[in-house]
Amino acid sequence: MIGLNHYLLLATILFGIGVYGVFSKRNAVAILMSIELMLNAVNINFVAINKFIQPSNTIGQLFAIFVIVVAAAEVSVGLALIISIYRHKKSVNLSDFNLMKW
Amino acid sequence: MSITINDGVFIIISGLTIVSALGVVFSRNIIHSALFLVLAFLGVAGIFFELGAGFLGLVQILVYAGAISVLIIFAIMLVMNVEAEKTNLPNPSLKTHLWGACLALLLIITLGTSIWRSELFQVLGPPAVSDAVGLLAELMLGNYVVAFEVAAVLLLLAVVGAIILARGVEEE
Repeated sequence: MIGLNHYLLLATILFGIGVYGVFSKRNAVAILMSIELMLNAVNINFVAINKFIQPSNTIGQLFAIFVIVVAAAEVSVGLALIISIYRHKKSVNLSDFNLMKW
Repeated sequence: MSITINDGVFIIISGLTIVSALGVVFSRNIIHSALFLVLAFLGVAGIFFELGAGFLGLVQILVYAGAISVLIIFAIMLVMNVEAEKTNLPNPSLKTHLWGACLALLLIITLGTSIWRSELFQVLGPPAVSDAVGLLAELMLGNYVVAFEVAAVLLLLAVVGAIILARGVEEE
């Protein structure tokens, strides 16, 4: 029988995979993708807890929608930053992104 | 303990989601990573459908699997300058891998065991209403209208900021 535990476990595993991706990648776009995985894990938590703890209202789904909005904004700004830096550095390697370091 | 159809669907969808998330992290070609990311988003949308959040599943497919993944693939095409097989190599230093693996495993093991052993989770409220989308709209334009407007302003600012950032400064 699938219960809330299973959904939370799935979200935890997705979040862990995202954390590992953020640490182990060099490509800035790949790190953005890992962050998206983590945000999706959080959304699963919101919706699952909404369904299993208080199914009569939809506040969890509302918050998941706000998370999706913020994620869309974050991805667009992040990719614009990456493209802008690529124009100067000809690289998307994070170890080359040291423009603000002196 | 018998496995119902619902459980089978959950197991299949969650397996697909986890495998594609692993594909995002471990594939060495970033185009493959992006395509696995689309699969993972679709898997999460399936989880939403299974949880009875149909509207959110559709939003997930539209926004994540449609818009965000296309944006990511476009950005990859714009910034790719080496051959595709070498675009998404892992970080060469072993230390970051160890840190990342330790942190991820610690997170999964501690949170997973605590979730697994806890018995607190039961349905507390009354059963679900049929008109979930209407309820969502009432919340969004009722109690949470300020957050709704802030989200709208945030999206506008993000679009304008992204245009300005990506266009760059004109050289004089």
